[in-house]
Amino acid sequence: MDELYFFLEVLIGGLLSGTLYSLVALGFVLIYKASGIFNFAQGTMVLFAALTFVGVLELGAPALLAAVVTLAVMVVLAFAVERFIFRHMVNQPQVILFMATIGLAYFLEGLGQTIWGTEVHVLDLGIPDRGLWLGPILVSQFDLVAAAVVALLVAGLGVFFRTTTMGRALRGVADDHQAALSIGIPLHHVWVAVWSVAGFVALVAGLVWGSKLGVQFSISLVALKAIPVMIIGGFTSIPGAIVGGLIVGASEKLAEVYLGPFVGGGLENWFPYMLAMLVLMVRPEGIFGEKIIERV
Amino acid sequence: MFYRETGQYKTTYAADRAIFPIRQDRIGIAILLVVAFVVIPLFANEYWLRSVLTPVLVFSLAAIGLNILTGYTGQLSLGTAAFMAVGAFAAYNLEVRVPEVPFLVSFVVAGLAAAGVGILFGLPSLRIKGFYLAVATLAAQFFIEWLFTHVGWFTNYSTSGVITAPPMTLLGYSFESAESRYLLTLCIVAGMAIMAKNMVRSELGRAWMAVRDMDVAAEAIGINLMATKLTAFAVSSFYCGVAGALWAYVYLGTVEPQAFDVLRSFEILFMVIIGGLGSILGSFLGAAFIVLLPIFIANASGLFGSALSAETIAHLEFVIFGGLIILFLVVEPLGLARLWQIVKEKLRLWPFPY
Repeated sequence: MDELYFFLEVLIGGLLSGTLYSLVALGFVLIYKASGIFNFAQGTMVLFAALTFVGVLELGAPALLAAVVTLAVMVVLAFAVERFIFRHMVNQPQVILFMATIGLAYFLEGLGQTIWGTEVHVLDLGIPDRGLWLGPILVSQFDLVAAAVVALLVAGLGVFFRTTTMGRALRGVADDHQAALSIGIPLHHVWVAVWSVAGFVALVAGLVWGSKLGVQFSISLVALKAIPVMIIGGFTSIPGAIVGGLIVGASEKLAEVYLGPFVGGGLENWFPYMLAMLVLMVRPEGIFGEKIIERV
Repeated sequence: MFYRETGQYKTTYAADRAIFPIRQDRIGIAILLVVAFVVIPLFANEYWLRSVLTPVLVFSLAAIGLNILTGYTGQLSLGTAAFMAVGAFAAYNLEVRVPEVPFLVSFVVAGLAAAGVGILFGLPSLRIKGFYLAVATLAAQFFIEWLFTHVGWFTNYSTSGVITAPPMTLLGYSFESAESRYLLTLCIVAGMAIMAKNMVRSELGRAWMAVRDMDVAAEAIGINLMATKLTAFAVSSFYCGVAGALWAYVYLGTVEPQAFDVLRSFEILFMVIIGGLGSILGSFLGAAFIVLLPIFIANASGLFGSALSAETIAHLEFVIFGGLIILFLVVEPLGLARLWQIVKEKLRLWPFPY
């Protein structure tokens, strides 16, 4: 019985930490859906947002003001990215766009650390970080709060996409660029909007990760975990990002606990990728992704 | 006027198929080779040979490898450094376990081992492409890095995980001095670059490019997709494997998994992009650019005196690096090789353009 409880504990811990991967993957999916750009810089945007937030906070501003300032910075960033990079790269192959986002990642990483320094910033948002006994199972309270934040964010995004004009425009662009243009949706504005939303998601992700790990460079590496999440869930699906995150979180923890001792540990880094590769072999479009159709 | 092919008639098939059909190109290449093989070893100092020119050459080789896969065959790979690591560790393990093997043979074995691993991780390319394939190669990157760190056999149970490369001797001559190491690298890289250039001009290279441009259409005209993609993976990984062995043996002198992390893969990808996708010359230009840029930035920041801390400079380097990559992609997505081509077009008419 104890083994079952232990298994459940690992599973639940994994699922909860998986929601954090979902959070980062969500930002990827938003941009990919609206512009077909695989935004490698999403992880760095998370770091950049968290650094800016902490930086403003340390200047003595209250948390709410810091959040507003950071959000404004992310919107400016969205404008700059659209105006100076992607407007000039229409009709380029996707691979070139992808590499431009790698360049953007380097740029933001350097910029963030030039302005705010490299030391680890402690970020305390008052989220309790204690174990919580649910019956015989120990669950991290922090992870529960984080999961709740993710759920709230996804619900909010869902409402935004379904009811607001901008949300509908975003969905229209995601479905078909040219059709959206032909009915008068301003493509450039939509791109700015979607990068801003992705910036907002990055801010939330940065706050949650930052208060868990401290705001430091390694946060941007979380992006590397979000890539298999997207593959498993599908590049174009928001529910896919959530489910993919849960699968990756749970499976990597289970693998680490049950397989790790046999092979010397450290499985977490590559296990999600192997899983993603297996999914690709069976379902190249991911669990919830749109079927990939090719025309000659 | 300086670059004019008027009056240079091709009268034989051989002349028509030459690598450098224009006389000026042949002269230029000859001068370049003389400079690289004779002038530089005679006049360059130890620092330049050891820390600048040798890594440029090794990176060029890796970039040629990645260019074959990404630039010519259109298969995006983010696992270049992992294939380099396979090469480095294969060479090391062969040397340790069979010490009689000359190191040049172990370099070839390094390439072959990397080619095998490349084929294995290239298998998903038969079913997926684009970013999806990039993820498969990232899987290779992380898995191989983990394997070499966690399985002791590969590092010969060294406690630190960092191992010294065995000395390189050939017919009693030991490659110790900076000059000899530079020349050794140069010979290998030049030879393999010529091989690559000829490969991409051959039937095989044309099949690669057909697959890149549209794989369904390539299949329709009778190109065997599986064989073509897997040979691209094999050849590309062979080049990366040899480059990895050179990196570990000639440049660093140590074999360690950390030298081949995912950032190294990105670095090589940048070389290929900035140099020019689908260009052997571009691989060299890109490698030189990426290696020299940080040195240039460090020297330029020296002009500002001590106003900037070393840490700030390191970060600014990232900013400039990222900015330049974006600038390049926006202004000239085909890279330095394309710029060189434009220069040649201009020189052809200069000073009387119409």
